[in-house]
Amino acid sequence: MGQDTPPTEEEMEAAVDFREVQRSEQFQTLRKRHRSFVIPMAVAFLLWYFLYVLLADYAHDFMSTPVIGNINIGLILGLLQIATTFGITMWYVSYANKRLDPVAADIRRDLEQITEENK
Amino acid sequence: MINIATQTAQSETVGSPWVNITIFAVFVGITLVVVLRASKNNKTAADYYAAGRSFTGPQNGTAIAGDYLSAASFLGICGAIAINGYDGFLYSIGFLVAWLVALLLVAEMMRNTGKFTMADVLSFRLKQRPLRIAAAITTLAVCFFYLLAQMAGAGALVSLLLGITEEIGQSLVITVVGALMILYVLVGGMKGTTWVQIIKACLLIAGAAAMTVWVLAIHGFNLSELLAHAVETAGTSEILNPGGAYGENATTKLDFISLALALVLGTAALPHVLMRFYTVPTAKEARRSVVWAIWLIGLFYLFTLVLGYGAGAMIGPERIANAPGGVNSAAPLLAFELGGPLLLGFISAVAFATILAVVAGLTITAAASFAHDIYANVVRKGKVSPDGEVKVARRTVVVIGILSILGGIGAQGQNVAFLVALAFAVAASANLPTILYSLFWRRFTTRGAVWSMYGGLSAAIILIAFSPVVSGTETSMISAVDFAWFPLSNPGLVSIPLAFVLGWLGTITDPNKEDVVKQAEMEVRSLTGVGAEKATDH
Repeated sequence: MGQDTPPTEEEMEAAVDFREVQRSEQFQTLRKRHRSFVIPMAVAFLLWYFLYVLLADYAHDFMSTPVIGNINIGLILGLLQIATTFGITMWYVSYANKRLDPVAADIRRDLEQITEENK
Repeated sequence: MINIATQTAQSETVGSPWVNITIFAVFVGITLVVVLRASKNNKTAADYYAAGRSFTGPQNGTAIAGDYLSAASFLGICGAIAINGYDGFLYSIGFLVAWLVALLLVAEMMRNTGKFTMADVLSFRLKQRPLRIAAAITTLAVCFFYLLAQMAGAGALVSLLLGITEEIGQSLVITVVGALMILYVLVGGMKGTTWVQIIKACLLIAGAAAMTVWVLAIHGFNLSELLAHAVETAGTSEILNPGGAYGENATTKLDFISLALALVLGTAALPHVLMRFYTVPTAKEARRSVVWAIWLIGLFYLFTLVLGYGAGAMIGPERIANAPGGVNSAAPLLAFELGGPLLLGFISAVAFATILAVVAGLTITAAASFAHDIYANVVRKGKVSPDGEVKVARRTVVVIGILSILGGIGAQGQNVAFLVALAFAVAASANLPTILYSLFWRRFTTRGAVWSMYGGLSAAIILIAFSPVVSGTETSMISAVDFAWFPLSNPGLVSIPLAFVLGWLGTITDPNKEDVVKQAEMEVRSLTGVGAEKATDH
């Protein structure tokens, strides 16, 4: 183990009132920031994916329309699915780095300190 | 070149079996050394199940890609694109998009609230016993279906790559693959398994990248020209359009929606994927793991698009379908066409290594679930030393290994491709609703979880048992009798919504309330990572 042993689960549960933390403004901000990003984003990409699946399944003629040479709308939409997956991934990472991680780290530091003092 | 290829394709095998075996033996040798070196520090449960939580995000992401890009996706998707054209590509998209569920909703929160298994998270604030039992049952079910498919796939690969067509020879190879896997997991634990997956993922992606550049170079780095060549060889432009595999009639179209739903919601609930999130030190590294996995898997499916149409163009759907191994032979045949026996040997060895690595990952997951959830927490009620738990886990590895060898031998020649789809459907219906509810819904109760898990699991299994994949048609497991009343071959469209509804219904009708303090603790921990399991130092 390292030099500074992190607080154990029991020590933390004894020292921290998690209901109070849950109600705190700082945690509510974190919770709201997290949910207001991940839930709408999950709904949006699922809708976009199923739109693509339904088009490929039921709109054969539309998807078969050639655009550039032999590349048709179906292939472009499929490649766009891959592109949006990469895009959402990068967007979430930058959002989490800027808007979530600093708040989470603050709360974590505070709680570990409280536990340490209570030992 | 073309003459040689035609000639060998007509004979029993392609290339030289001895080259394939030699390259595979080199892979086994190298990975064994790595596994032995990695096994030095396998003392505690955290070491054995979670590799001491010492992997970095990029390492773990590569291992996830190695775990996920099974022989089914490599050989299967290349072949599906070569023969069915667009619909093969359509199939691969779902496997990638699914990772966004893991990234946004599951990975980090799971890492912050659990220790080793999915049940750790689910039983955090709900009642231990019923939850652990239910989660262990669904974990073992998913692992079993997935394992059986991989082991049976090993037999099919052997006939293609080593020219062993007799059943006894194939059984022997399945036994060797199984025994090697038991050795890896027994000695190396999660650390050894992870290294095997990392090495395999690098080889697979490098091999596929080289072949992709090669195919594109032949066609002047012009995708449209490659597609034109594929159309010319196939004799129809239909391979560029949707409908080749799923467009036959209303039932097959609905079946594809069911499959798409299972794929996109199942991935983030596969137990062997979830367990990988515990091998990194923090939630931030878990996030980085998924990001790496998404890039590698996405890149790989772009390669398979080129390789699939490349095989269609340079070999042709008819020759692929008639080769030993059928659809699965597209990628190996293309490797032979491009680089002769040596490249074929490399690709074949990678395909074998794939099965070995995936099977090892599944086995350690199943063993951890049994030893940690059932033995340590239910049977012994938590009163067991970590040493004792790991001992039980190692014994379980041997039992599961032997069972999967026997299952793999028994499933030879059976149509088992549906087992992977079934594993995704079971994961999406039995696991995902409960994972999401317990992380995002404050009021969720034990009864809701139990209803959702058992309801989703039994719905998926019952519907598959009474579907055309089991009975009634020529390609069914039992073709002589017909007791199929469920028209779809994938149960997801019914079982997944049902499991979500059951979880909600069980909760709102539950007279018992759950512990609000535990709920608060779980929510705070899931988002902040406070009190999360740390990496072990050595």
